[in-house]
Amino acid sequence: MAMPESQAVRRPAKAPEFKVVMSEPDPKTGFRAFELGEFHFLRDEYFVHVSWPTKRGRLEHRISADAFLRALMRDVAWGFFYGWVNFDAMFGSRNLYGRVEFFAGRYHEAYHKAGLSYVEEFDSPFAMATCKAILRDWCNAGFDPFAAPEETGASWAGTKKGENIAAIERTRVATKRMPGLFGDSPLRDDLPVNRAFADVPQDEPVIEVEPGFEGKLHGFNLFKYLSRSDVTWNPSVTSVCRESLFCPTTEEYILPIIHGNDRVEWFVQLTDEIEWEVADKETGRPRARVLMRAGDVASMPADIRHQGFATKRSMLLVWENARMDLPKLYETGQLKPYPVEF
Amino acid sequence: MGRYTTVTGSLDKFERGQLTIIDDDPKHYCYSNVFEVASKSKPYDKIAVARNLEYVIEAIRAEGTSDWLACNHDEFVVVMDGEVTVSFAEPGDAAPPQGKDGTQRLSGPPKGRKMGRIHLKRGHQALLPKGAAYQFSAARPSVMIQQTILGGLTQQKWAEICTS
Repeated sequence: MAMPESQAVRRPAKAPEFKVVMSEPDPKTGFRAFELGEFHFLRDEYFVHVSWPTKRGRLEHRISADAFLRALMRDVAWGFFYGWVNFDAMFGSRNLYGRVEFFAGRYHEAYHKAGLSYVEEFDSPFAMATCKAILRDWCNAGFDPFAAPEETGASWAGTKKGENIAAIERTRVATKRMPGLFGDSPLRDDLPVNRAFADVPQDEPVIEVEPGFEGKLHGFNLFKYLSRSDVTWNPSVTSVCRESLFCPTTEEYILPIIHGNDRVEWFVQLTDEIEWEVADKETGRPRARVLMRAGDVASMPADIRHQGFATKRSMLLVWENARMDLPKLYETGQLKPYPVEF
Repeated sequence: MGRYTTVTGSLDKFERGQLTIIDDDPKHYCYSNVFEVASKSKPYDKIAVARNLEYVIEAIRAEGTSDWLACNHDEFVVVMDGEVTVSFAEPGDAAPPQGKDGTQRLSGPPKGRKMGRIHLKRGHQALLPKGAAYQFSAARPSVMIQQTILGGLTQQKWAEICTS
């Protein structure tokens, strides 16, 4: 039985090991309020209110609750991902790999210059426990923050109505070499084809193996595998060449975060199209727009943030270099932020 | 037929998107298209379309039969257009020298046992396992991308293939 990404590598349910600071449920909305250090998080029927201390008192920022939960879901599922996970222009996280920074206004040029930004660093497991607790409390029944809006609807809005634990307890599928190899991650043959990929051929490569070489040769239909992904904007590794990872994903609607790179990454558009808005990582000033159609290839430099938009669900190959020393090499200028000189 | 049509590209029909620069150097985006690159390539030339330090993705036009190749690490191919057959064999004493990264051409036909074949169509991915010799063949022009490490056969033509 193939695993949906929603069930892969799921840890057994257990009580949080960390003391998450939370209120009792609000008598009006049913949602709890949370604290992470000096950050306070409050949810009402439509919005998440994030507040932080400044020299002028506490400043509050409002994010639509569905956008906040979609972004928080990626932060949790990706273990704070590579580099910066901007929920919007104001608030987000930066992965320090073992520690994590949460920030407000730090990468918003005007707020930071005005001295209204705030950054606080946490042990990653503690921050993760708080993020998971928020997701568990604030995702209503029927709302899947990994699904496209057309698939999951508007059940995120309104007061607290149940929960959707199965949808939020996700971890990225861990592939050691290539899905489908013995002892490696599973294929998705038993999962349904997504409505947007009903026309994608489902045939598999024909593999003729000579006696004595069983298990040595391997191939699979990558497009079929992607057509059966049950999530959006969630890369999964499908081939490993040392630290070079092919991480294809299916994309529909808006990338719920604005990803700030701590290394160069690359995109290969496999099908359909995505438009990327690229901005300066530090200031948020626009730098480029990249419309990618099938077969297009583009790098995303190490000093930018980017967000993608896709009307029709598309297949995107995200290519990552997983070397752990890269953030430091780029930050100290030992590597240039772009991949090639010509 | 459903309400969606999945758009793929091919050698015969591809439509590039667009890089619009607001305040940056277009070269930093290395913006190209694998079908366009393959449409201008010789069969089995390995043209880097993406590079991340020592790692590369190469665009390859598959047409006719390639030389026998091998590698000291795993490589992977994804067929983007057409159909490609990969034949595998033990390299025997034609094996390339150890310690070098990237795809290497065998000094001659593999001397070891035949391992098998994989027939690939658009969207199919194959493992080119470390140490195995392999040979591509395609009855009509096809396009692959290959995940590997920069090697002696990798061609870098960034100024020719990228929007600048």
